[in-house]
Amino acid sequence: MKRFAFGLLAALLATTAQAEPMATGDLGLVIERARGSVLLVDQSDRAALARIEGLGDLSHASLVYSPDERFAYVFGRDGGLTKVDIVTRQVVNRVVQAGNAIGGAISDDGKLVAVSNYEPGGVRVFDADTLEMVADIPTGGKTIGLVDAPGRRFVFTGWDNGETWIADFSGPEMELTKIKDMGENPYDALITANGRTYITGLFGEDGLTALDLWDETPEPIRVLPGYGRGQQEMPVYKMPHLEGWAHTGEEFVLPAVGHHEVLWVDAATLTETGRTKTYGQPVFAMARPDGRHVWVNFAHPLNDTIQVIDTVSKQVIHEFKPGPAVLHMEFTPRGHEIWISVRDADKVMVYDTHTFEKLREIDAESPSGIFFTARAHRTGL
Amino acid sequence: MPELAYANSARGHPAARRNIWTGRTFLTAAVFVATSAFAADTLDPAALKRLVHQDCGSCHGLSLKGGLGPDLRAENLQHYDVDVLTTVILDGIPDTPMPPWRPLMTEEEAEWIARYLLTPEEQ
Ligand code: HEC
Repeated sequence: MKRFAFGLLAALLATTAQAEPMATGDLGLVIERARGSVLLVDQSDRAALARIEGLGDLSHASLVYSPDERFAYVFGRDGGLTKVDIVTRQVVNRVVQAGNAIGGAISDDGKLVAVSNYEPGGVRVFDADTLEMVADIPTGGKTIGLVDAPGRRFVFTGWDNGETWIADFSGPEMELTKIKDMGENPYDALITANGRTYITGLFGEDGLTALDLWDETPEPIRVLPGYGRGQQEMPVYKMPHLEGWAHTGEEFVLPAVGHHEVLWVDAATLTETGRTKTYGQPVFAMARPDGRHVWVNFAHPLNDTIQVIDTVSKQVIHEFKPGPAVLHMEFTPRGHEIWISVRDADKVMVYDTHTFEKLREIDAESPSGIFFTARAHRTGL
Repeated sequence: MPELAYANSARGHPAARRNIWTGRTFLTAAVFVATSAFAADTLDPAALKRLVHQDCGSCHGLSLKGGLGPDLRAENLQHYDVDVLTTVILDGIPDTPMPPWRPLMTEEEAEWIARYLLTPEEQ
């Protein structure tokens, strides 16, 4: 026994002596969709540190972070929910919770992880520690636009029935609030950083629908109804994503659907404040954290290009082609750099957001989503 | 020249018109009239396969097991013959997110994809 204890102590000493304490505040993970792995990256060093494998089908995958920025919960297309420890750089838990998943969220207290599923349609909620299921919320259809909201709540929307549901986990029993008439075929949604406004984009009609979550009984608010009226619809080869909003002038900037433009909406009145014509069907319109610029990428076949729009003038001020299949962009938390995944170049490219100069290329296999740990502290990311 | 490209509508933009033929086969096809028998050896199967999994895959799943759009594996497409499936790909399904691919590919390419989807061993 004594010998065993001594051995253990020696082993502990050896590992702690070797391993520097690991700070995770400037780390991130890049999804390698074809390989089923994530690449651990370091923002400050602009480098890849390690590859963590065995996460299943990661097409369209996304992830969220625990409040301590140590664990990532990765939501795979195949319904896999994988918990990755970025300090020890390994998969620590994995469940296959559904047949076909689309995204996830983590509660404000970091205790619950929710996954939205296409098949079987609905949301499942798991204990963040053990990945045991704590709630199953079938919706009867494909579920999109799942976000966390303050007060241990999750908000999500049905593609087929156009209903937004709020699942409140603040009490001993989950409480569900259902809001009908959000519009035809909502395809994605976002929540503002303060957790007040939830906006769904609609595929089945021109327009968006907002909810004021500060309202006791939120009612659908139509935003830009019929924004494309009189213009020819163009085919959409990839569904846009809603994420992020521009702070300058308190506006949202959102991709239009079937029209090659982004739409500007006043955050207080939810009325249109402008439009900017873009190069193609926008997929992501992401505001730099200071809100001064919005970076936009595009759907196939124009997905080799990025445009940068100034939020004061609403003009395109820069356009460039990072390479084939630009899938995602992530700003450093203070916005001085942007990381861009260029799938068919097998590279993540790092750019200076002020000079637009390319700073580094990092090898990655079919990279898609890039997620920095600072997301841990943001509502709705 | 960039100004010229911008002056065009987005649809007419060179990048939008670019299809998945390689530069060389595109030239060949422009010189000879492409019959489907001839086109068969000028298609680029690797590029088409990539398109199916990556770009159809953005809605149907990388392994075609379904996403926003339905499962496209061969066993789920048995109600289609090659012609009808080719037409679905070229013209899309109106009032749904399934877009028409005619602006981006030739009929021969669509037919190649239809055959590919209907052949389980291929996937
Ligand atoms: C923007 C999303 C999107 C993309 C990209 C897309 N599809 Fe679809 N597709 C759909 C949706 C949604 C449906 C279901 C339409 C409906 O409700 O009937 C569909 C239906 C289909 C169907 C009919 C399936 C059935 O069981 O009847 C076929 C075949 C098909 N798609 C093939 C393709 C091919 C091939 C490609 C790529 C060249 C492609 N799709 C790209 C969204 C998409």
